[in-house]
Amino acid sequence: MNILVCLKQILDPEIPARDFRIDPVKREAERGTANLVTNIFCENALETALQFRERTSDATITVLCYGASTAEDSLRKALAMKADAAALVVNDGNQNPDPLTVARVLAAAIRKLGTFELIMVGREAGDWGAGQTGGLLAEELGLPCVSFVDRIESSDGKLRLKRQTDTGWELFEAELPVVVSITNDEHNVPRIPKVRDVMMSYRQPLTQWKLDDLDIASDEARAGNTYYEVAKLSIPLKETHCEFVTGDTLDERVEKLAKCIVEVTRAL
Amino acid sequence: MNDVVIGVFASGGFDKAAQGLVGAGRRLADSLGSRLHVVLLGSAALTVADDFARVVDTVIIVDQAEYEPETCLSALTRLCVELLPRAVLLANDTYSQEITPRLAHRLGGSAVGDGVEVHIDGEALCVSRQVYGGKAQAVIELKRKPAVVWLRARSFSPANPRATTGEIRQAVLDVPADTRTRIIERKREASGAARLEEARVIVSGGRGIGGSEPFEMELKPLADLMGAQMAASRAACDAGWVPPTWQVGQTGKKVTPDLYLAIAITGASQHMAGISEAKNIAAINTDPDAPIFKHCRFGIVEDYRKVVPLLREKLVALQK
Repeated sequence: MNILVCLKQILDPEIPARDFRIDPVKREAERGTANLVTNIFCENALETALQFRERTSDATITVLCYGASTAEDSLRKALAMKADAAALVVNDGNQNPDPLTVARVLAAAIRKLGTFELIMVGREAGDWGAGQTGGLLAEELGLPCVSFVDRIESSDGKLRLKRQTDTGWELFEAELPVVVSITNDEHNVPRIPKVRDVMMSYRQPLTQWKLDDLDIASDEARAGNTYYEVAKLSIPLKETHCEFVTGDTLDERVEKLAKCIVEVTRAL
Repeated sequence: MNDVVIGVFASGGFDKAAQGLVGAGRRLADSLGSRLHVVLLGSAALTVADDFARVVDTVIIVDQAEYEPETCLSALTRLCVELLPRAVLLANDTYSQEITPRLAHRLGGSAVGDGVEVHIDGEALCVSRQVYGGKAQAVIELKRKPAVVWLRARSFSPANPRATTGEIRQAVLDVPADTRTRIIERKREASGAARLEEARVIVSGGRGIGGSEPFEMELKPLADLMGAQMAASRAACDAGWVPPTWQVGQTGKKVTPDLYLAIAITGASQHMAGISEAKNIAAINTDPDAPIFKHCRFGIVEDYRKVVPLLREKLVALQK
């Protein structure tokens, strides 16, 4: 089975709020001192794919990125985690393309890469958090889609997909090909690649394309804003003063805490 | 056409999320001077039709009993092609979230999710939402029509009942079943409990809780005493201590309780993104510099193992 996993490189979402700055004119976050990392849900997707390959012997995993040239690092890391092949479409246009543009570029790259039975994406990214790539990619490719999946099993030429819902889970039986968006759970925490594999990954081939190499309206893809546009970006000001409960003994302090809780919940 | 359509996967009652959704739809339709329709899908559609009819112009009940993504998407698409709405609003449940971008694509429109505010600005429909894990707020201008938007529960106030009751009709679509994907098993965890998004009070535990047992033995009795729902940080869910359905944060549930009690949760921005709309946050944490305290109304710097048992005693005493 040919599996394709889409990866997105983003600004490390773990940077503390006090170090977070935005450029209100460009309407995006400032890089500052933050690292660039692979979006965690994309890594959960890759991990799910790797585990699936371990259970079913004949599967190959191709990883695909659309982003700045720095996104090569995300692909190298994926190779170090033991993906089989990697491809990067370098974005030489709007660096914050809307979700439809991203889906169209990915779909064009996927068609160029070959035939895939299982296409996996992360449920959303830690930067803009739009959560649309899976659904829009499925529509672009004319495929069905199952979202919030955390486990994939093979079953008589079909797939069993377990996905999380608000209230529990659902088990899907899906024909191939299918697009799946992956969410995190205890089983798909991404593995840490071995140092040796990280070094080796830089010797592996990596396909690199520009937008012009794809069968797509590249000018429109470069503009990247016919679907939606960020009209305004701001950091909300929120000032809360925390009242730390005081008292000479723990008993006194907890008593005050209890009173605060009762006061708040009763007032409501 | 400038009408507004609300799509609802009815599984429960006419809850606060549904009321907020209708409220948002009503105000948007009023500002457009247009009509408001609700499309009800799901097994509970009949039971909530009357509630919706009090605030909308038409209630359309679709003959699609159990949710299946491909078939429901086709059904909703077909109805929207008939109604030609300016906007389609959905709630923040799993089904709405997964349908939203695909519905927009099929209708030639634009989608956005997790909206906390929706307004018309000239020709454009704009939606406010949090980005960068709640560290920033963006206004997204949707360029294509219709706008398909799923909204954060409880962020919108309900609409007042109207003088005239809306018309209720059944739509027989006979959408052929798309069996490329099929749900073969459905499992509800913690059945009977309300959705976390609906909870008034939430007791939540983080990495510092240390295992599944203290969640069960310490936090659960406290939550029961407070009439609270239980939740957890991503770290606690990823560790497998509690089910993933409990996860609150940027990548979990976005909750809006009146009180959120964060126990042994540092308050990483990832987590804060899920509780930014909580009315009051309180925390129990050993670290006075934990970021969570910056968002708290009150808190205590202490090991939760010492605080929680005592807190239960005090609450019992105060409740007497």
